[in-house]
Amino acid sequence: MTALLVVLGAAVGAPLRYLVDRAVQARHRGLVPWGTFAVNVVGSLVLGALAGAGSVLPGPVCALVGTGFCGALTTYSTFGYETVRLVERGARRHAVGYVVLSVVAGLGAAALGFAAARALVG
Amino acid sequence: MPDPIDPDVGVRVPVIGVVAVGGGLGALARYGLAVLLPGGFPWATFAVNVLGCLLIGVLMVLVTEVRTPHRLVRPFLGTGVLGGFTTFSTYAAEVDALFRTGAAALAFGYLAGTLVAALLAVVAGIRVTRAVTGVRL
Repeated sequence: MTALLVVLGAAVGAPLRYLVDRAVQARHRGLVPWGTFAVNVVGSLVLGALAGAGSVLPGPVCALVGTGFCGALTTYSTFGYETVRLVERGARRHAVGYVVLSVVAGLGAAALGFAAARALVG
Repeated sequence: MPDPIDPDVGVRVPVIGVVAVGGGLGALARYGLAVLLPGGFPWATFAVNVLGCLLIGVLMVLVTEVRTPHRLVRPFLGTGVLGGFTTFSTYAAEVDALFRTGAAALAFGYLAGTLVAALLAVVAGIRVTRAVTGVRL
């Protein structure tokens, strides 16, 4: 049952990542992969909020939205590949900036989501 | 009003479908590994992210440098399976949780360790696949 919820959440999260990436790439022609950046930060915010809500949320919601949706909305493989490609193309500063910005913003988003949910739940 | 010109309109629906199916399969594998590797330190997420990065390196060389596969192969395996398998949000939330519980050294080790191992894994996947397939760039 939990596994099924994970699959269902991911079956929404992964195509949403694809669509966001397409939409962002259609508007930005620069080197930095802002589409992946956006989904990674938003997914971290939502997952942080789920963690902050803690036991208030039923387990199935965590499986569906957390493990499934947020897990598949965000990606480490594309993040890693894009970074290595930037280095291969000689854009080392872009690569370093992309990594630092992704990690700082993702971590900040997770912490913010956690704190906001904690405050709401009380 | 003229219709918007989008050459991919006919292409998108099957692409979204294979990304959804691939994402579901990848996430299922990630969930399975998390069940197998429970515990304090997030080894499951670490393993998933490093393995997924190794495999994306292999895949991208195969589909962009070795041969041109069916147009749905890359969205299914790359965007779908590997994208659904690996996760940035769980990584971020776990680092945050380690920091919050006061395990700052562990948090920093996990943060930097994943990053370094994942990037090296992409490079390894690319280089080994180029060497094995004899691709010269």
